[in-house]
Amino acid sequence: MTQNGSTGGMQPAWSGVVISGSLTDGVTARLDAGSSVEDIKVGTLAAIEGERMRFLGEITDVSLESADRNLGAAPPDTSDPFIAQVVSGTTAYGTIKVAPRLVLDKEAALSDEQAHMPAKTVPSHFSRISQATAQDIEMVYGSEDDQHFWIGNPLDMETKLCLDVRRLVERSNGVFGKSGTGKTFLTRLLLAGILQSGEAVNLVFDMHGEYGWRGSAEGSTREVKGLKQLFGSKVAVFALDAESVKRKRLNPDYMVKIGYEEIEPEDIQILRGALNLSEVAADIPYSLQRKFSKRTWLKEFLALQPEAIADLATEMNVNQGAMATLHRRLGRLDRFSFMDPTGAHDSVGRLLDYLNRGMHVVLEFGGYGNDLLAYVLVANLLTRRIHQRYVDMKERALSEMSPEPRPLVITIEEAHRFLMPGIAEQTIFATIAREMRKYNVTLLVVDQRPSSIADEIMSQVGTKLVCLLDDENDVKAVLTGVSGGSKLRTVLASLDSKQQALAFGHAVPMPVVFRTRDYGTTESYKSFGYLDEAERKVKMEKDLADLYGPEDE
Amino acid sequence: MTTSKNITDRLGQVVVASTTGFTAHCHELYQAPPLGSLVRCGRDDGVVYGVVAGITTESLDPSRRPMARDAKAESEDEVYANHPQLTRLLATRFETLSVGYRDDVGLHRYLAPLPPSIYSFVHLCSDGETREFTESLESLSVLLNAPNAPQDDVAAAFLRLASTTHSDPRAFLVRAGKELAVQLIGQSQRLNGILRRLSR
Repeated sequence: MTQNGSTGGMQPAWSGVVISGSLTDGVTARLDAGSSVEDIKVGTLAAIEGERMRFLGEITDVSLESADRNLGAAPPDTSDPFIAQVVSGTTAYGTIKVAPRLVLDKEAALSDEQAHMPAKTVPSHFSRISQATAQDIEMVYGSEDDQHFWIGNPLDMETKLCLDVRRLVERSNGVFGKSGTGKTFLTRLLLAGILQSGEAVNLVFDMHGEYGWRGSAEGSTREVKGLKQLFGSKVAVFALDAESVKRKRLNPDYMVKIGYEEIEPEDIQILRGALNLSEVAADIPYSLQRKFSKRTWLKEFLALQPEAIADLATEMNVNQGAMATLHRRLGRLDRFSFMDPTGAHDSVGRLLDYLNRGMHVVLEFGGYGNDLLAYVLVANLLTRRIHQRYVDMKERALSEMSPEPRPLVITIEEAHRFLMPGIAEQTIFATIAREMRKYNVTLLVVDQRPSSIADEIMSQVGTKLVCLLDDENDVKAVLTGVSGGSKLRTVLASLDSKQQALAFGHAVPMPVVFRTRDYGTTESYKSFGYLDEAERKVKMEKDLADLYGPEDE
Repeated sequence: MTTSKNITDRLGQVVVASTTGFTAHCHELYQAPPLGSLVRCGRDDGVVYGVVAGITTESLDPSRRPMARDAKAESEDEVYANHPQLTRLLATRFETLSVGYRDDVGLHRYLAPLPPSIYSFVHLCSDGETREFTESLESLSVLLNAPNAPQDDVAAAFLRLASTTHSDPRAFLVRAGKELAVQLIGQSQRLNGILRRLSR
């Protein structure tokens, strides 16, 4: 197998000529005698030199052909290396299928935005085809700068593959893949990219403590640095679980508390699944809110004694059993240490303070990460508030010509819990996914079961980064609404189970398979601008003012 | 190859000439070039190249057939020594297939517009000439499709001999094999046969 990939001015690893094809089915090219099918990987980017244009596309299939129909009946004696060498590429040859995606203007400058356009035709017969060059990649995906974040390397190439962060945050995005395929690493990279570019601020609902302080590398006990360690003063860690904070001896920037009065009937609707409530029981909070007051309904309801519940049910004309169940199940909220009966806090306000200052916030769930009820409740509740504030800010900005709120990217893991069909309509996340950029809030959805996410939401996801998926339904789900999706199916199925992903959608001009950039080695930290102890000390003094900017509560 | 023996010795003269090939009569009995050799005939202003496709030794006079002699002779040489006239009564001829020609313009690897004249001198091509001629292998199709010739053996012999004049004989044979594979699409049996001859 060719190791050198082909970059720069080196001899391409393989080459061939176009022999047939169509725009819908892709172009078929016959490999030259010197090129082996074993050097070709599905998903590799190929460049076709047409008469006037240069086409770029990804290899979607590789096949073996023979010039002689009887070859199977009288195969050549390939145990003789000479004969094997002769027949390969002649009597028996390989073909590849390439889906042309873009045409490059041969005259255009490297930085020209208009340098590439979607392919509306196919290259002519016998056009030469070979692996795309580093220059092609730069022309299409851009080269590393403030706006373009280096995310990895295209399959079989050493060139840096960059993602246009500005375009990325324009829409909601998704990272999908089976568990253990590197979703978290990829997400961490994306967050770092957004963070470094300054195009948006991040709010991360960190279910398993992977992003803030430190993360773990799959399959080993090795720890990797979290965003806080890498980007220090730009990142604030909020925590939910006081005990876990104490146990790990962390020093979070803020302990999040949720007041009972902040919970609204819509929040209970979303928890229907987690609380195992019937439809009738889940609707009762709306009536309760009318009966008591808008803010104190939950507190008052939970304070009721069992016998009072029965009276209340009769009074409100609702099913007694349903109300008793609701009362019992909502009682679980009491167990959460972050539920604050005093109401003396303003978590959302603090969160927004940080975000408005351009700081990135990671909310660590600590021990609550494994409690779906807590995760769904907190993530949805905070996001709804934040979104509401953003809507206000944006509308004020429009009417008063004041500055717009900073674009915000909210990262949610286990996203299908919020975006399942049936639940999606009620959660704020579905609204954000649909509204796209209107209010400067977008989502970064991380999930291992994309088929459980409502189609309507999936079709709104702008850029998708997909690690290996093998469930047929999941593959189908991520490819909904993607032109030429069926051609990507083979590519998706042949991804490595580690450190490889397929990116397609809004922020990438054409689909590309890439090997994710290293994260976790000393050099990789350096490439993010991480400073070691001594270097940091110098910088620390400068940052102190930044860190303690606003008054602590 | 630098081991050029520069064999420019005359082998014989053309006795039958046609567009597709010529037959040469050797000056010496049994001095025909091996099967598949590249030979040339004609003068500098018009050289015709041929590949030896068949060699015959027989009586000069068709009405007088050779007969067995000297049953008691100890060796074959003794037979010839006892009957010195034999070398005059027998003749060796070789037939060639025309594969190209050279004129003022240069080398062409297809049939010459005119056949060589009778009594043209026939020479074995030097290693350098053979190498130059086999840089390109389109003349293989002539050998593979020649009527009344052992096509596959001639082609294999031609390639095997030519390979020794190239600096990398193996690479030459692989290139030639690939050319054969293209020419013999749909005839995998023939292709396999020739390739087996070449690999040994």
